[in-house]
Amino acid sequence: MRKKKISLTIDGNPITVDEGTTIMEAAEQLGIRVPRLCYHPDLSLMGSCRVCIVEVKGMGYYMASCSVRVWEGMEVETSSPEIRRARRDIVELLLDNHPRDCQTCERDGNCELQNLAYSMGVRKRFFEGRRKRFPIDDSSRSVIRDPEKCILCGRCVRVCAEIQGVHNLSQHGRGFHTVVGPAHMANMDDSVCIQCGQCINVCPTAAFLEKPRTEAVWNALADPKRHVVVQTAPSIRAAIGEGFGLEPGTPATGKMITSLRRLGFDVVFDTDFGADLTIVEEAHEFLTRLREGPLPMITSCSPGWISFMEKFYPELIPHASSCKSPMSMLSTLAKTYYAERKGLDPAQVYMVAVMPCVAKKDEAARPEHKMPGGRPYTDAVLTTRELIWMIKCYGIDFATLADGEFDDPLGVASGAGDIFGTTGGVMEATLRAASELVTGKPADRLDFTEVRAVEGLRETYVAIGEHNIHVGVANGLTNAKSLLDKIVRREEEFHVIEVMACPGGCIGGGGQPYPRPGVKVLDPELLRKRASALYAIDSGKTLRKSYENPAIEELYDTYLGGPGSEKAHELLHTHYAARIPRGIR
Amino acid sequence: MSTSTDNWEQVQAAARESLGDEIAEFIEACRRGPEPESQLIAVLHQVQDRFGHLGGEHLDAVAQLMQVPAAKVAGVASFYHLFRLKPRGRFMINVCLGTACYVNGADRVARKVMDELGITWGETSADGVFTLEASRCLGTCGLAPVVMVDGQIHGNVTPDEVPIILEKYLKKARQESA
Repeated sequence: MRKKKISLTIDGNPITVDEGTTIMEAAEQLGIRVPRLCYHPDLSLMGSCRVCIVEVKGMGYYMASCSVRVWEGMEVETSSPEIRRARRDIVELLLDNHPRDCQTCERDGNCELQNLAYSMGVRKRFFEGRRKRFPIDDSSRSVIRDPEKCILCGRCVRVCAEIQGVHNLSQHGRGFHTVVGPAHMANMDDSVCIQCGQCINVCPTAAFLEKPRTEAVWNALADPKRHVVVQTAPSIRAAIGEGFGLEPGTPATGKMITSLRRLGFDVVFDTDFGADLTIVEEAHEFLTRLREGPLPMITSCSPGWISFMEKFYPELIPHASSCKSPMSMLSTLAKTYYAERKGLDPAQVYMVAVMPCVAKKDEAARPEHKMPGGRPYTDAVLTTRELIWMIKCYGIDFATLADGEFDDPLGVASGAGDIFGTTGGVMEATLRAASELVTGKPADRLDFTEVRAVEGLRETYVAIGEHNIHVGVANGLTNAKSLLDKIVRREEEFHVIEVMACPGGCIGGGGQPYPRPGVKVLDPELLRKRASALYAIDSGKTLRKSYENPAIEELYDTYLGGPGSEKAHELLHTHYAARIPRGIR
Repeated sequence: MSTSTDNWEQVQAAARESLGDEIAEFIEACRRGPEPESQLIAVLHQVQDRFGHLGGEHLDAVAQLMQVPAAKVAGVASFYHLFRLKPRGRFMINVCLGTACYVNGADRVARKVMDELGITWGETSADGVFTLEASRCLGTCGLAPVVMVDGQIHGNVTPDEVPIILEKYLKKARQESA
């Protein structure tokens, strides 16, 4: 049925739009971007910040354009002198209750509130009132919560509930005393928080931040006795360029490697190697499960998902692949296989992992990922943002750098490893490997575009030999819930499920660069560009199958024995346990 | 209940024990009806009526039995002034701050109560006997200023009389605990 059309004028311009359109959306069709703060197109409407107010003729008050739908004959003014002054006053009042520490704030230069205040013309602070005072919660290994920076826009509450299905955050109290936090204002690690970091991504200020590890990494780099090894996750190369003004979607593998060498890392390895190894181990595990169960097998690379499973779906623990994540596999091998080959004392090796993810900080600290003696295999996890900052701090002109190459042996990787960084990538890499393992013949195709769940959720059948494999792919945990519930209720039989906690997969991770002003967080177009960088890298490689990675073959021949061997199990596999508090799903 | 977690039986039993069967059954009835989540405030009222306040363990139990996220339950409970998150004292002291009481010196009476008990609005005395709250008109303006203790109206109260009134209830509390 065709929608009814509504005609109105905005700033004197006539326009006809579908019934149900909001004033803000109608204005956008005219090229008018009403200033906004709490609004996010992918989240529910809240209308709490009042920044997007407009004047509607005949109404006695200013209306929030994000949440008022147009009506026939409506006359809207978006930028009259009165409206601009009122909007500026609103922002001034927000600033009045906000710390005055922009220069020393982590979000300096990337802060939506800062940008908004500038564009609204706030040049002085007129109001001198009482300021709210709350302690910082830095109890979590991953996410810092600083309520004094919070402007109560509620985006974190909504992303946590609506996109991630975690519902860890809520506004507590009322009025001046309102504060955002977990139930009973518990510390983040004592809550149902899964450390995905999407609250950091959507926060317009610095009320949520990753727990920094840059200081520890600087110290390791400055210590001549340390052999400092770095690994970079697949999705870093697809996003790091944005931090230096490169067009989103520009692959920057070579420049990234060179910048890491300039920073002083002794060796630069590729988490993609870990990804290839994960695929070989996981494909082996899948074949075993195909014979003995339990099915479906669920991927275990995403630590946000693993934490979610342990708190919300503990009954699915037997289904999660026992494979460590690519990061943890590579870290383990760096301090065993690589250290032995190089004749290094493992205690000397300092392992830094650059990840798109803040939950990796929690994963690295888990007791299962510690060396005999108690030190973690991964000494420090940096987010993409932290690495961008370190490169800038060091004065490296990223855009002009020559391309570098990863080091042997843990830097050789197939294209299947690269696509791990985007939704469907782990599934596609698995299918490439499994189709050969199951049929014993070379795969007749390498691209499995049908499993790329760009819309968030996909279920499909893939024919492999005589098997018709039922696969499910989800990113964003609300999407994942609908798959997981089907498994729990035994409504559908799946063979393999891939879950990535963050929207779009790792490319949309909680540690990725803040988008430039004007680009919304979680923008599907931005995520698509980052994903296309990974697919371009994959299709440009001649080595595209994890099994054909010569460095992996050598690792199995000279060190591990074979996929699924006892040594492989000892070094490359892990286990999970139900955690308290349990979430409500 | 197929979407509840694996340990649902234990969680349900613990929640029932925390809230009592009556409230647990009320929640069950809500869940059978339409829009169960909209009954959250009604459930919280029942819990407060029974326990005098909403403790963290009560809120968690409500969250589990209603299958509403704990952050949401805690957020609602902390939003409304009428919900108490801390245990209340044996006796509620309501000092009326309505216009008639105020002009007749209710602020001085309230100050005396605070000084005597070492507490301020909304707090409970260290011995757990009194909780102080403010009211806006108790409908007995002819007796202004008015202080209500444990539902009993005390009229024409002067600051000097406050210790005498408090002593009466302290004595009662001592008798109860003896």
